Amino acid sequence: MKILTGNDLVTGDVIWWAGDGWSRQVGDSADVGALGDDIARTEEAALRVVGAYVIDASVTDEGVRPAHIKDRIRALGPTVRPDLTLKPNDAEAGNWVI
Amino acid sequence: MYRYDSYDQSIVDARVEEFRDQTQRRLAGQLTEDQFKPLRLMNGLYLQLHAYMLRVAIPYGTLSGRQMRKLGEIARKYDKGYGHFTTRQNLQYNWIKLADAPDILAELATVEMHAIQTSGNCIRNISSDQYAGVAADEVADPRPWAELLRQWSSFHPEFTYLPRKFKIAVIAAEEDRAAMRLHDIGIKLVARDGAIGAEVYAGGGMGRTPMVAPLIRDFVREDEIISYLEACLRVYNRYGRRDNKYKARIKILVHEIGVEEYRRQVEEEFAHMRTLGLNPPTQELDRIRTFFADPGYEAGLPDEIDRSDPAFALWVDRQVAAHKAPGYAIVNISLKPLGGIPGDASADQIELAADLAERYSLDELRVTHAQNLVLPHVRKSDLYAIWQALDEAGLAEANLDLITDIIACPGLDYCSLANARAIPLAQKIARRFADNDRQKDLGELKLKISGCINACGHHHAGHIGILGVDRKGVENFQLLFGGSGAQDASLGQIVGPGFSEDGVVDAIEKATDIYLAERADGERFLDTYRRIGIKPFKEALYG
Repeated sequence: MKILTGNDLVTGDVIWWAGDGWSRQVGDSADVGALGDDIARTEEAALRVVGAYVIDASVTDEGVRPAHIKDRIRALGPTVRPDLTLKPNDAEAGNWVI
Repeated sequence: MYRYDSYDQSIVDARVEEFRDQTQRRLAGQLTEDQFKPLRLMNGLYLQLHAYMLRVAIPYGTLSGRQMRKLGEIARKYDKGYGHFTTRQNLQYNWIKLADAPDILAELATVEMHAIQTSGNCIRNISSDQYAGVAADEVADPRPWAELLRQWSSFHPEFTYLPRKFKIAVIAAEEDRAAMRLHDIGIKLVARDGAIGAEVYAGGGMGRTPMVAPLIRDFVREDEIISYLEACLRVYNRYGRRDNKYKARIKILVHEIGVEEYRRQVEEEFAHMRTLGLNPPTQELDRIRTFFADPGYEAGLPDEIDRSDPAFALWVDRQVAAHKAPGYAIVNISLKPLGGIPGDASADQIELAADLAERYSLDELRVTHAQNLVLPHVRKSDLYAIWQALDEAGLAEANLDLITDIIACPGLDYCSLANARAIPLAQKIARRFADNDRQKDLGELKLKISGCINACGHHHAGHIGILGVDRKGVENFQLLFGGSGAQDASLGQIVGPGFSEDGVVDAIEKATDIYLAERADGERFLDTYRRIGIKPFKEALYG
């Protein structure tokens, strides 16, 4: 599947296109098919996202999983600071990245 | 320490207000990202992997307690409670909100700090020796020249859009603690016939095409240093490649046209510069020098240190360096606690360092390119109290220049350019070699990790260097041996095929075993490697 990600213009937070808006959870990502670039242009013009780009991902038992490690780290947070990730109470969360 | 005059302050304040306006226009949709990006980068604001990142300049790595406290305050108020000290003696905040950036810059301006020229194809923050002004082996304090260069290079209209970024280091000691020859221009102050002048090196750097800078001129009179650098930059600005960013650094130009030809062109330009009368007035250097005068050391202080506490004695042996004034010492604060993140410091730790500087170090701190901190003027009689305070804050690691004093870039945990994570690997290596006796036995061993070819982690200059690469979506690590950023500067050599994260830790252990088996008396890892060559290491690693 193709999913769309970028950063919130104001906060810089990593965000994922969920079909009808942006989410901070990669698991909410919608398959944008061939529409990713169009959505990115519209959303950037509306000042809701910056640096938006389309990536490959797959659906696994654990939900949507970006194909590349870089985007998995973006989705979770820095693996060396579990307290600052989106799953601060899950000691094993970093394994998902690798 | 240098203090802003009204001109310095007014240009920094004006820049803050200019950026505030630019940010407001961006948030209002009056500027596109394409228009705004170069403006935010000129103010040190990047968009990184997780958020905006702000890089704050720490000129030649020197800070007052008040400035350091402000850095801690910003970390707590605007970021997530910590900052990251970099290999260019700067500080980065990883979690900045765009709307807060102008307020942060305004707060920095209140303590004479900024983020100007910490990005872009301009002359970046001038770096220097963390022992400047206190080392016994220097011919002069290099910081007045570093400050002069800062003033010269700030907003220099001719050098705002160079072919590529430009990094300058200034040292004045025989021992190079600033990786001077791995800069675009390296300046070493020297004395000749009673006069101070500069050896000028040009065309060094790391990145994808590492080079050790060759000597371009063996003596430039101190009053002509600016003109000579202006000539060096002019030749580069004219002929440096703008068609290919990977070939745009000055090192490529010097390499392609050759040292002799580059030198000839610089001399020609220098001769022209001399006719223009562009040397700064010597009174200005004298004015700057007064800010760096010795801070009035107390006389008659005891030189002995009570070493009855073994943990303290261990720390003194490793972290304390000789000071030029009797009764004083230089304290190195390790930002490499076991299992920690190299260069990271919490707001509390930053503020503690500020407190210690004010209380015990004549209100001065330094940041090192190895991502540690220095208290430069400490009475030996205060060392025990400082150690106790550092120990309580988790900052009393005794590992300066040992295998666990690892330089690591932020890597793929934070950086959008990275291909692999550098920090977790640094943590694994540190844990493997955590035993104090083992580290001590291995002696000086500089290990440096970069998460990509851009080499922010100085892997080319590591006695052991590690480069993280992406091999079909999987992190892989290449090992290099034999690099040095010191006065014996050299570039590391790739040993062979890369390793997994665990594999590279094992490989390093095997390499240190070879060293221990082969070393002659007094040899460091680097010395043994240089003497016996790569072959025995290769055999041990790849069989």
